[in-house]
Amino acid sequence: MLSPAILIPAVLNGLLIGAIYALIALGLTLIYGVLHIINFAHGALLSAALFAAFFAYRLLGLDPYFSVFLLAPIFFALGYGLQRFIIGPASHGDDRNMLLVTLGIAVIIENALLYAFRADTRTIDVAYAFRTIDIGVTFLAVPRVVGFIAAFLVALWLWLFMTFTDTGRAIRAVAKEKLGAELAGIDVAHIYAVTFGLGTACVAMAACLLIPAYYVNPSVGEAFVLVAFTIVVLGGMGSVPGALIGALLIGIVESLSGLFLGESLGQIGIFLIFIIVLLVRPSGLFGARA
Amino acid sequence: MTTCSRVSRRQFLQSTATIATAVTVGLVGAPAIVRAQGTSVKLGVLHPVTGALSYSGQQGRLGATMAIEDINAAGGIKGLGKIDPVLGDAQSTPDGGTAEVEKMNSAGVCCIVGGYASNICLATTQAAARYELPYVVDVGVADGIVTRGLKNTFRFGPGFGVISKTALANLVAINDQAGKPAKTVMIVHEDTLFGSGLAKLLNAQLPQSGFEILETIPHPTPTRDFNNVVLKIKAQNPDLVIPANYYNEYVLLARTMQQQQVKPKGIYSVLGGAASSYKFVKEFPDAAQYIMDCNHWFDPRNEKALALKKKVEAKGEFYTYEVYMNYSCISLVADALARAGSADRAKLTEALASSTFSGHLMPYGPTKFVNGQNEGAAPVNTQVLDNDIKVVLPATFANAKPVFPRPA
Repeated sequence: MLSPAILIPAVLNGLLIGAIYALIALGLTLIYGVLHIINFAHGALLSAALFAAFFAYRLLGLDPYFSVFLLAPIFFALGYGLQRFIIGPASHGDDRNMLLVTLGIAVIIENALLYAFRADTRTIDVAYAFRTIDIGVTFLAVPRVVGFIAAFLVALWLWLFMTFTDTGRAIRAVAKEKLGAELAGIDVAHIYAVTFGLGTACVAMAACLLIPAYYVNPSVGEAFVLVAFTIVVLGGMGSVPGALIGALLIGIVESLSGLFLGESLGQIGIFLIFIIVLLVRPSGLFGARA
Repeated sequence: MTTCSRVSRRQFLQSTATIATAVTVGLVGAPAIVRAQGTSVKLGVLHPVTGALSYSGQQGRLGATMAIEDINAAGGIKGLGKIDPVLGDAQSTPDGGTAEVEKMNSAGVCCIVGGYASNICLATTQAAARYELPYVVDVGVADGIVTRGLKNTFRFGPGFGVISKTALANLVAINDQAGKPAKTVMIVHEDTLFGSGLAKLLNAQLPQSGFEILETIPHPTPTRDFNNVVLKIKAQNPDLVIPANYYNEYVLLARTMQQQQVKPKGIYSVLGGAASSYKFVKEFPDAAQYIMDCNHWFDPRNEKALALKKKVEAKGEFYTYEVYMNYSCISLVADALARAGSADRAKLTEALASSTFSGHLMPYGPTKFVNGQNEGAAPVNTQVLDNDIKVVLPATFANAKPVFPRPA
């Protein structure tokens, strides 16, 4: 069991699946960093995005790697609208209300999906879904390698956007000091909505990268969002590099605990880490100390 | 208010008239009323048509409804009229199945056919037993289904005990014939009643036949990634891999093995969800080639079975075991109803228990129910050869010879 012939491929597999987790966690951590709320609708939005990618392929014949360019802007607009017209007004500026509103949105989205598409599990069958790359020690699945590279590109783009654009600066300003930003002339409601939109667009990208080798049903997002919460806690709330590195770590932990404890108990490792981080380093790897 | 009282008076008059008619012809009680209404007999058709088992469930429903259509087209059941199916969705869970049994009982069905998965059948048969409602299990192979002394429960197909015994005997026969190339085995099974039960039986029986079990790997249904499982198989390099799981996971496992280029001397499934599936063979021919399976299969010499195959394929569907097993079960119930001459539950139970039905599509011996289990039921061994599924054992039904070990 401890031979490198198993351990190395298991670690590599973990890294690859971790990259997809990273995309989901990036959206979550971004929304937390600025709005200071945990977005409970994140998982439901992921399910919705997976359905969108599925039907883009089935009905329009769009390859998921192409539809990412279509779905990311659509989901940005959806996220923007959700925050600007529903979450913002409904919560009256109270963080606790926002939490409950996102929970309500999650329930509505999931049940709407269940009503429209039933509980069936659906998959798409693209030619490259089961292609592999031989790297000597093991074979890597092509869709996962693509996901890995894409996750890094998105993280890099997000970092550049946050560092060098006016909107990015405004987002950081609102995150640091909401009142000060407002006094400096920044439209806080708009920036909140832009951030929520960016987080939702990340979810859409994750969905397009996930669907070629995965399946979709109305509750599929839940499994991922629990992992994403753990990653955000591990990496530090609101930290982009933290989400990326935390996700890769969690991917490896999940893969190895699956290997050693069996598939039925594989997720135990993730939640052990969740508890340990909360006990030992509540601010996470890259989080600022409160 | 006036409308309400009018309707209820009308209903009262109707039922009085019905009872009066019944008494006049010398019959009293519920069955008489059913007969007085007289044009159809309600039959519950219960499958997991949504959720993780939805494909198998939908195939089962297809077989059952085709049988009902055929029976109705031929004039229905003598003396009882046409069959009126009450369709139910078990949603791939025992709870979902139980809820449907309650609904079907309220709807007044005379019998329920289906269930598909072992864990669903265990719950649904028990729920039906409370109402003394006859229940014919279509697939559910766990032996516990027919060993609890439930008088209402009948299983037309074979159970674990018979299947694993046959599978083992046939595995030894195939291995011996090839000069005993296989000595080590790994078992990959899903972790509910079906997979775990089978793994336990195999773990007890395989060593007695000289096989060494390297590892037994359980996994949940659904499982989203088989890379770890396949890595374990790759590291231990067994001669044989024995999977026991449902369709989605079976396909994912076989494809991941192909992807990671793991090629044991043979993949020998016992009730492999996909190994005896035309869908699997058509969609993933490379992954399916040479896979062997000990499973439910139709009698390739039976004209009726071949005619149904053509009909199912003409609909653009695959002829999977769920289809012909459900077709056979519905035919079995129809035969019992005709012999009972009544949709009364007790009479139907009696007729099912004494059934010697032979008009089915399966390669079984004479039908004889002992404690609800059809003693004539038996599985066969199949193998995927040249993009088709052939029967390789027993010799009486075979239309090809087994290819083992798998050519390099």
